[in-house]
Amino acid sequence: MKLLVPVKRVLDYNVKPRVKADGTGVDLANVKMSMNPFDEIAVEEAIRLKEKGAATEIVVVSVGPAKAQETLRTALAMGADRAILVQTDDEVEPLGVAKILKAIADEEQPGLVILGKQAIDDDSNQTGQMLAALTGWGQGTFASKVEIDGDTATVTREVDGGAETVALTLPAIVTTDLRLNEPRYASLPNIMKAKSKPLANKTPGDLGVDVTPRLKTLKVVEPSKRQAGVKVADVDELVGKLKTLGVVA
Amino acid sequence: MTALVLVEHDGGALKDATLPAVTAATKLGGDVHLLVAGEGVGAVAEAAAKIAGVAKVLVADGAPYVHQLPEAVAPLVVGLMGDFDAFVAPATSRGKNVAPRVAALLDVMQLSEILSVEGPDSFTRPIYAGNAIATVQSTDAKKVITVRGTAFEKAATEGGSAEIAAVAAGEEAATARFVSAEVSKSERPELTGAKIVVSGGRALQNGENFSSLIEPLADKLGAAVGASRAAVDAGYVPNDYQVGQTGKIVAPEVYIAIGISGAIQHLAGMKDSKVIVAINKDEDAPIFQVADVGLVGDLFKVVPELTEKL
Ligand SMILES: Cc1cc2nc3c(=O)[nH]c(=O)nc-3n(C[C@H](O)[C@H](O)[C@H](O)COP(=O)(O)OP(=O)(O)OC[C@H]3O[C@@H](n4cnc5c(N)ncnc54)[C@H](O)[C@@H]3O)c2cc1C
Ligand SMILES: Nc1ncnc2c1ncn2[C@@H]1O[C@H](COP(=O)(O)O)[C@@H](O)[C@H]1O
Repeated sequence: MKLLVPVKRVLDYNVKPRVKADGTGVDLANVKMSMNPFDEIAVEEAIRLKEKGAATEIVVVSVGPAKAQETLRTALAMGADRAILVQTDDEVEPLGVAKILKAIADEEQPGLVILGKQAIDDDSNQTGQMLAALTGWGQGTFASKVEIDGDTATVTREVDGGAETVALTLPAIVTTDLRLNEPRYASLPNIMKAKSKPLANKTPGDLGVDVTPRLKTLKVVEPSKRQAGVKVADVDELVGKLKTLGVVA
Repeated sequence: MTALVLVEHDGGALKDATLPAVTAATKLGGDVHLLVAGEGVGAVAEAAAKIAGVAKVLVADGAPYVHQLPEAVAPLVVGLMGDFDAFVAPATSRGKNVAPRVAALLDVMQLSEILSVEGPDSFTRPIYAGNAIATVQSTDAKKVITVRGTAFEKAATEGGSAEIAAVAAGEEAATARFVSAEVSKSERPELTGAKIVVSGGRALQNGENFSSLIEPLADKLGAAVGASRAAVDAGYVPNDYQVGQTGKIVAPEVYIAIGISGAIQHLAGMKDSKVIVAINKDEDAPIFQVADVGLVGDLFKVVPELTEKL
């Protein structure tokens, strides 16, 4: 079984995002970019499935600028076998990404697509569900456990009131939550090896996908800032404060 | 403009998460209809019909919807959308699961977790863990929207008298099957709706400390209990306690953060609380930059004393 893992290049999660002064977006010039953390978890899960013998090949795909190659190389260094860059300098929305992934899924015929549950830049949390809609496959979103048995994926999902387990007929879609696994670091020899793994280049046009955005960003602003308040010296003073705030009688 | 709002329920009762979504839908400016999808959901439909401002409640009652799987619910919604201009769902784990599936089937780009309605087709929403707020305009003919519950008032649960109409149930999902659910049971208020939230972080060191320190304080205050991801990851508490960018979004009257450093991913989930209280032994912890009241101290000393003195 082949696994398809979409990975997005995003602002590193340790970097504090700065809104551009002209209000057009977040400043990404000269800041550290990394693989979306949920996608690292997706790559790791794919590698573990392959190590367990449940999968034979891992294809990673990224939609983005030429630099997204770095993200794909990182995934290859972790243990993916082959990469596809769908190159575009335009920002592609989740619906456009889902359409591109559908076209790639048609070509590659994966048994399972593992995505992150959300990209930490747009915080959309849409692409996996959209791909499931376009393929007509079952979806196991926000996964904390994935098991493959024959033509079924059993997925435990993190939901508001606890956990839920669903059984999906393969092919299917999984999106990862944080506790699914802890991604490995790529070793130096594997980083070297990754340089010679195949990386194919395509464009949205090659795949026949129109990625014209449907949403127009009118402006981007910083949220209203909270002012730091007061520090109290001890518990008695804290209790006093809570009383004046009406928290306790 | 008529909006269809997905009712959040657990089969037996309507969930509060529905109410801010109704308010957001009302702000779109047209009629608001609700959809209850489930099995044996008569009581939910009755409750939905009483919500103020609702014109009609559609009920899809049948076996395919008993677990509200998106593979069954999304086609149901899409089948109804001929009559609607917008589909609105609460940004709960259920809403987030089904709405994008609906959007893609309608060939529409979803607006996730809106914070406000600025006009019939423009909205604000948080990006980058709430470190930026974008105003976005949708060019799609139909809107698919999820609503951040803390950003809108709750619609009143009394005062409405909507008509209830049955809609035909569709097919069972062929590609997905419900296996089991592990529902965390708690006597405490629900995290996302609580007036007071007491949250603990990595500093608690283990589950025993978490329950012997955080829980008595929460009980004394009638508060819900939350946690940082670090505390959840380390297994001190179950995953549905997590507050943050990728956990639950809360905005209680009072949020008490204990032994939590205040990483941006955590702040994303609680910085809209009315009053933030922080207890941390590190006076430079970032949490103090957003706290209205801060106490620098060792939680193992301070928290029992606080619980006793309240
Ligand atoms: C993609 C992604 C998503 C994430 N999503 C979330 C999310 O939704 N929610 C979330 O919370 N995190 C999230 N995180 C993790 C986040 O970055 C932080 O790692 C996490 O919030 C830290 O938890 P903490 O504050 O409990 O632990 P720490 O950062 O380790 O802080 C512990 C704090 O306790 C204090 N302390 C220690 N001992 C004592 C004592 N005896 N008394 C008093 N204070 C003490 C320390 O001074 C310190 O400030 C996410 C991370 C990533 C990469
Ligand atoms: N440009 C992209 N390239 C590759 N994968 C993507 C891209 N955008 C989104 N994804 C995948 O979809 C997931 C959810 O993203 P989103 O719906 O934008 O929150 C991510 O974690 C990725 O797995």
